[in-house]
Amino acid sequence: MAAEREPPPMGDAGQTDFREVEEGEDLFVSTVTTLESSPTSPEPASLPAEDISTNSNGPKQAEMLLDDDPEDLFAEATEEVCLDSPEREPILSDGPSPAITPVTPTVMISPRIEPAMFDRSLDEDEEEGENGDTFDMNISVSDPEKVGDGMNAYMAYKVTTKTSLSIFSKKEFSVKRRFSDFLGLHSKLASKYMHIGYIVPPAPEKSIVGMTKVKVGKEDLSSAEFVEKRRSALERYLMRTVKHPVLLKDPDVMQFLESSELPRAVSTQALSGAGILRMVNKAADAVNKMTIKMNESDAWFEEKQQQFENLDVQLRKLHASVESLVCHRKELSMNTASFAKSAAMLGNSEDHTALSRALSQLAEVEEKIDQLHQEQAYADFYLFSELLGDYVRLLTAVKGVFDQRMKTWSKWQDAQVMLQRKREAEAKLQFANKPDKLQQAKDEIKEWEGKVQQGERDFEQISKTIRKEVGRFEKERVRDFKVVIIKYLESLVHTQQQLIKYWEAFLPEAKAIA
Amino acid sequence: MDSNEGSSLNLSASSIRITDVTQDGDTLTFAITSQKLGSSDGVCVFRTFEDFDWLHQNLCGQEDVPGLQGIIFPPLPAKPTPSQTHAQSKAVKQLGFLAMGNNWKIYCQALELYLQQVAAHTTLNKNKALDNFLTNAESPGKQRMRKGIFNRLSQAVEEMRKENHRDVDEFFQNKRDRNANLTALYKGTTERFLEVVLAKQRLAVDCGHFSTSLYLCVSQDDPAAVAFSKICLKLSEIFETVKNNFEIVADNDLSTLGLGLDLETRYQEAEKEMLFRRTCRLVELESASRSTEKAKPNRRAAMEEVKKAAEKEFDLVSSVAKEEIQRFHGSRVGVLRSFLIGWCEKQLSTAKQSSALFSQHLEACRELSED
Repeated sequence: MAAEREPPPMGDAGQTDFREVEEGEDLFVSTVTTLESSPTSPEPASLPAEDISTNSNGPKQAEMLLDDDPEDLFAEATEEVCLDSPEREPILSDGPSPAITPVTPTVMISPRIEPAMFDRSLDEDEEEGENGDTFDMNISVSDPEKVGDGMNAYMAYKVTTKTSLSIFSKKEFSVKRRFSDFLGLHSKLASKYMHIGYIVPPAPEKSIVGMTKVKVGKEDLSSAEFVEKRRSALERYLMRTVKHPVLLKDPDVMQFLESSELPRAVSTQALSGAGILRMVNKAADAVNKMTIKMNESDAWFEEKQQQFENLDVQLRKLHASVESLVCHRKELSMNTASFAKSAAMLGNSEDHTALSRALSQLAEVEEKIDQLHQEQAYADFYLFSELLGDYVRLLTAVKGVFDQRMKTWSKWQDAQVMLQRKREAEAKLQFANKPDKLQQAKDEIKEWEGKVQQGERDFEQISKTIRKEVGRFEKERVRDFKVVIIKYLESLVHTQQQLIKYWEAFLPEAKAIA
Repeated sequence: MDSNEGSSLNLSASSIRITDVTQDGDTLTFAITSQKLGSSDGVCVFRTFEDFDWLHQNLCGQEDVPGLQGIIFPPLPAKPTPSQTHAQSKAVKQLGFLAMGNNWKIYCQALELYLQQVAAHTTLNKNKALDNFLTNAESPGKQRMRKGIFNRLSQAVEEMRKENHRDVDEFFQNKRDRNANLTALYKGTTERFLEVVLAKQRLAVDCGHFSTSLYLCVSQDDPAAVAFSKICLKLSEIFETVKNNFEIVADNDLSTLGLGLDLETRYQEAEKEMLFRRTCRLVELESASRSTEKAKPNRRAAMEEVKKAAEKEFDLVSSVAKEEIQRFHGSRVGVLRSFLIGWCEKQLSTAKQSSALFSQHLEACRELSED
């Protein structure tokens, strides 16, 4: 799983400019790190959960692998390191937290609008939970702060939960979390729930998928923009996670939201023993998937898989379209600002008083319109681009559970094969007159009969769960898109109404030119 | 029939219209109509750009007009370059706003304005070439044009240094400085506005693509797909509306302010050319004066004559120039005013329409989500 890496701000301790370095592909890059990569990934879902051996059959088993490995030299390092990069993360000391430097982004692109205005996660009061109660929970991620200096620095976010649900002890509480904490949470949830068919929302990406395509002159990939994008992504991630009725009640989720101290998520970094193990399992899974030829008895699953394949292609195309839109809108903004400046200079140079004033007013109107363009670009991005991106990533999780079902089926089949062998072996031993071995063979048969039954139960269970999950996913999708459309339309109406105001104010100025 | 005093033109300047344009290969042919003064009779002729050029050369090359060089000639747009549509961007590079709009409509407006300006100019409209141009059924054809002393390309490089020649008259020095400044500013502003309009057109294309992609997402596989399809369709409609909005806004821009800025830029350049011509006459005069002073006695009288002629020419040009400057500065403000008002009114109207459309969409979507 890709993670955040904060490089040292060379020699500038305490600077407020926070830069994020683009790193190359690391081994754990999820298949959606670059949407430009081929749409069909060989891997169902590259999650840290891949370290689950196929022998685990319960949610809790995986936790062993996440504990501190005494041999792990980098136990304290919590940042994912790109093995290609020349820089390595040093060992962080376990002392009191270093001084916290509040980040005031030096470039606030659009101070007037609250980007949070476009957050899709704010409208959840109407959400119905599975038990019919209204889902009353709101999580906000805010106040990004740079913690520490140099190589040890990272961003800390404030996670505030407001809820009236009884499973939580308080109505409102907040904690501080860093990016790797989110990754750690996801890792735990994936390892507990994916293999039994639950669609676990993926954690936000490390690399900035869309922004790399945005070639803008004026607004470089500034740190403020990046932080805001990440903040928003983290918020959406949490909201999506808690909207899942099963995940909401998971103790790891509750701990993440409630407890002030969280054990460092060590499994997310590459060089640990757990990391290597994940690598190995990931590769093994890829091989396994290629050789599983499932005998599908239920057409629903085949159809759904095909639909999701199609949807994936469509969403990526849409995402690319929106990226282009965002890019060009930013260009329009730049051009408008440039034109406004020109008009202002004209206004200053014209002799004729009324004409001069009108031109200056024109310049002001154009500046305001530029502001509108920027706000609209924000809307384009935060409403559509991120939505589409989220869904492309979600689809990999969906595909993942389908693959898990295949694995479950495969395990069941393997157990049946094994049972058959044991029966054959027992049959042979019937005539060999070796009572000890015969008894052992009979015991083994019993054992494998049990496994076959378990396998069948698991398969039926995962199939049932997936059907329910897919239904939930599809409802969510419709709901999410509806919310976004309405917010977008509101922004469109707002823009036009502002324009009306500006033009109505300008008209008398133009008419006043004698 | 009524006659305009001294004018050979008995057409009403403001009635001149370019009513149609047809393209044949690389050539555009313009249909020009105008109305006779004091009657409802109209005239219609067909002209190509070559014909316009012929007219312009004739106007610029008249020999019997005193102080001709002091006239600010209404600027003729540059030659249009039709070709195939994919060369449109090349045309835009060369002609700017005049190359935009459907079917050369902005270009036609610019030509129309040119003719109206010439016909309204009290000196220029006396030229027979104008009457010929506007009324003669046969086009002037490929008549051999006298080489205009001051066509657009007249400022040869070696003459550029004369541009900075210090003036003897404070009024004119002042005018030259201001004009140089304004010309550059208007040119820059026009170019930047063009970039704004092109960006809006690009956005329209993007919205179109997005809308089409959404439309292609529709499927009827099962109830869930149907629900999602409804949303995609709705969004597709919305972006179609956004696209139309961009197209109309861009069109408003180029047909009003774009054209206006382009015109102003070219007119400022025309004034610049006039001022430069006068400066050249000044240089000639000063040079003639110096020659006279340095001349040997036997040559002095001849030199005096030359100097006197140069002085007379210079004074004539200067006095015409003063009038022209007054005239220009009076009319340009009115022209800019009407373009600015037109621009504002169009954009206001479009914004109101779009606001209503988006509000309708919003209402429809709110109802949809209550399902």
